[in-house]
Amino acid sequence: MIIGTPKEIFEGEARVAMTPESALQLQKLGYDCMIETGAGEAAGFSDAAYKEVGVTVKKTANALWKDADIIAKVRPPSDEELKRLTKGKTLISFFNPGGNEAGLDAAKAKGANVIAMEMVPRISRAQKMDALSSMANIAGYRAVIEAGNNFGRFFTGQITAAGKVPPAKVLVVGAGVAGLAAIGAATSLGAITYAFDVRPEVAEQVESMGAEFVYLDFEEEQQDGASSGGYASVSSPEFREAQLAKFRELAPDMDIVITTALIPNREAPKLWLEDMVKSMKRGSVIIDLAAEKGGNVEGTVMDEKVVTDNGVTIIGYTDFPSRMAAQSSSLYATNIRHMMTDLTPEKDGQINHNMEDDVIRGATVTFEGEITFPPPPPKVQAIATRPKTEVKELTPEERKAQELAAFKAQTRSQVTLLGVGGLLMLLVGLYAPASFMQHFIVFVLAVFVGFQVIWNVSHSLHTPLMAVTNAISSIIILGALMQIGSGSFLVILLAAVSVFMAGINIFGGFLVTRRMLAMFQKS
Amino acid sequence: MEYGFTTAAYVVAAVLFILSLGGLSGQESAKRAVWYGIVGMALAVFATLVGPGSGLWLLSILLIAGGGVIGTYVAQRVQMTEMPQLVAAMHSLVGLAAVFVGFNADFTIGAVEAAHAAGEDVVGTFANLVAHKTPVEINILRVELFLGVFIGAVTFTGSVIAYGKLAGKVTSKAEKLPGGHMLNASAAVISVLCLIWYFNTGGLLPLIIMTAMALFIGYHLIMGIGGADMPVVVSMLNSYSGWAAAAIGFSLGNDLLIVVGALVGSSGAILSYIMCKAMNRSFISVILGGFGNTTGPAMEVEGEQVAIDAEGVASALNEADSVIIIPGYGMAVAQAQNAVSELTRKLRSNGKEVRFAIHPVAGRLPGHMNVLLAEAKVPYDIVMEMDEINEDFPDTDVAIVIGSNDIVNPAAQEDPNSPIAGMPVLECWKAKQVFVSKRGQGTGYSGIENPLFYKENTRMFFGDARESIDKLLGLID
Repeated sequence: MIIGTPKEIFEGEARVAMTPESALQLQKLGYDCMIETGAGEAAGFSDAAYKEVGVTVKKTANALWKDADIIAKVRPPSDEELKRLTKGKTLISFFNPGGNEAGLDAAKAKGANVIAMEMVPRISRAQKMDALSSMANIAGYRAVIEAGNNFGRFFTGQITAAGKVPPAKVLVVGAGVAGLAAIGAATSLGAITYAFDVRPEVAEQVESMGAEFVYLDFEEEQQDGASSGGYASVSSPEFREAQLAKFRELAPDMDIVITTALIPNREAPKLWLEDMVKSMKRGSVIIDLAAEKGGNVEGTVMDEKVVTDNGVTIIGYTDFPSRMAAQSSSLYATNIRHMMTDLTPEKDGQINHNMEDDVIRGATVTFEGEITFPPPPPKVQAIATRPKTEVKELTPEERKAQELAAFKAQTRSQVTLLGVGGLLMLLVGLYAPASFMQHFIVFVLAVFVGFQVIWNVSHSLHTPLMAVTNAISSIIILGALMQIGSGSFLVILLAAVSVFMAGINIFGGFLVTRRMLAMFQKS
Repeated sequence: MEYGFTTAAYVVAAVLFILSLGGLSGQESAKRAVWYGIVGMALAVFATLVGPGSGLWLLSILLIAGGGVIGTYVAQRVQMTEMPQLVAAMHSLVGLAAVFVGFNADFTIGAVEAAHAAGEDVVGTFANLVAHKTPVEINILRVELFLGVFIGAVTFTGSVIAYGKLAGKVTSKAEKLPGGHMLNASAAVISVLCLIWYFNTGGLLPLIIMTAMALFIGYHLIMGIGGADMPVVVSMLNSYSGWAAAAIGFSLGNDLLIVVGALVGSSGAILSYIMCKAMNRSFISVILGGFGNTTGPAMEVEGEQVAIDAEGVASALNEADSVIIIPGYGMAVAQAQNAVSELTRKLRSNGKEVRFAIHPVAGRLPGHMNVLLAEAKVPYDIVMEMDEINEDFPDTDVAIVIGSNDIVNPAAQEDPNSPIAGMPVLECWKAKQVFVSKRGQGTGYSGIENPLFYKENTRMFFGDARESIDKLLGLID
């Protein structure tokens, strides 16, 4: 079968759905590749480069649409393009199926199969074809570059001979793929970066990128992003208030604000209100990545750059990926190529549109004359829901009370132990002669010292410890030595044997300990 | 007769011994600490020889020298894997010496009494000491030496059996004579009766009967304890040998003996406590032998053990960045520590992070694995304790279990009915991949199925540990 990529007709769109590199891979799957002349020009891929890897270059879009069985493109098809679809053709592109009923109907009427790249489910297996993520990544990066372009200062703090430069402060609202990419770019440029997200579980990811997560003092049970397939969902009015209050507090300090808050199939929430924009410093920059869905910022104009009365630049461009066409084309083409790999399990150049497959089913919006949107929920959950832990956070008072109770119990047990021990001691002292008590004191103190000392012995040295205690327990030799001078032959004999055995032990014990310890070496 | 010099020397020796034990808190200071112990011992023996023990000093020196030659020879020849046996054997010597010294004390009391009756003078330092004692003190002396002999005798036979079990000369299974613990209990009761008898009459017979009973208790008690509980047994015997020395010290009125005996006794007691805690078992249940009864049926283990060959393990190791090796008694049995060390060296030179996780009861002696790895020149700073490393398993690519079983059994955490439920274990199954080097599909010492072997990320690498690791060595690049 033939895969064809036409030139994007949407004005200003520089991306292309097939690169020479991806064409090579597609040919390995058994497909023939075809491209409209000049399709890759804006992204930096010349017709010659395509020809070199064996891609047929078609003169007109018409010819291409006619010959190709599979059409891969970037932007949703225009009405004119939809008309060119015929039965059995497969179209792979962004489609915006949620807001494009006319398009769906047209594709259905034509009997074409449409795979919408934005509908690829967010599961691990499908990450390699998740075009939304790869485009968002670029958008996030480009947002920082665009902000830097419009921000008249350094990102990084410097102390130079010509004066001190404070580091720029960047706030990223929404820590999705775009947000995280923006955080990464901003921190690596040297800015102090803050990030906020309604899903508290992303705090760790934010911190791993080097930004500081902005926490809200909010009591309500916060939503778990895992339940909504990894996307944010609508938050309660109280939560929104708390959030806005926090932003209001941050606004005067921030030099650059990048908002990326989107909720699937909804208008973007307004998070940066007019008064916040007003309270920002002259020369600050706001990048609204949600401009396409109405914007997170009050005052955003889609696809335009506005400068407010107090000198704050608000950028509402929606074509960030297209502004980095070479990069985004190669990533998007790779996403398409992975999609084709899944569609061609046999690698025989024939599409096997398997509607049982979660990923393919999810992304397909029309199939064999039927509209198959919206898809059923995927069988595999995007992120494992974390089991709710039962452990209750203790209030400071409770903890204090607990510590106090533990301390009291400890004191009680210690006092009891000392009391009983002391009593026993007295009892012994009442009956035993003084000479015994003298030795007894020594004994008790030695046991005490022993306990204190041995607890500090490191685990790894337990064997040497045993060998050494073994050696020194042969101190019993002293007893034998004292007895050996006795008159009785039997006593001398037994004492002599004891001395001999203790001698073995002393030498054996110490030497073996030394041998072992000498082996312990540092790397 | 007072020996001021001797007492002074004893004080110094006692301080040196304490320092010698305290120095074992770190590997480097330990090397110095041994010298403290040696000097302390030399000082104590010297002071005794020139002081109270001066009779027949030449014979004493000759005997010490003779013992020293044997001791040196043994210490140089012993294999590090045989360390548990050696320690046990040495305990038995201390125990026997305590018995002899105790008997001698009894003979001396008898001799002194006879001399008193005949109105003659007594010969020897100890006899002089005894001669100055009041009747009450003599009675106390009897109790003390009786205790010393009892503990010494238990230590002696117990250590001999422990030695036999560790050296494989006696079956390592828990075996009891019919009657079980009743026999021990009755032997103990007879011993107490003997004490009363001896206390009243001072005759030799009760002492001998008691000694026989104590010897039996030592034998039977240790026979009833299985191989894997040996760390506890050996440290317990260590403790006993200390208490025996302390008891003898009381009867001889020698403070240094008391101090050292108490040090050794408490050291052994703490070691036993640590070992028991690591197995989540009470001291009593270890001593009484075997595992306790469980409250319900053990969890069924599902799945099957998947075997893997050396090539598979090698390729996983080549790809891994972090590796944790968990050695157990099986490594000691197969003498695989040098191969493991070589493997470690190779992996580390490839820039991989290799660490060892040591469970407190791995092996047959507290700290056994550390000594074996040290012998094989594994640097001690990559050998970690269980608490230090358990949290790191989830971030580890490969965990290799070599010859250990119960200490990596997830049933301890997952199955409340398991006999080892609640025992702290190394959570190696949390690593991305686990390889278990094992001779065959048997259960461990406790006879419990190990669900680890059936886990999805576990592969069984069957075969003798040393041969397996040697095969791996050739395949690691």
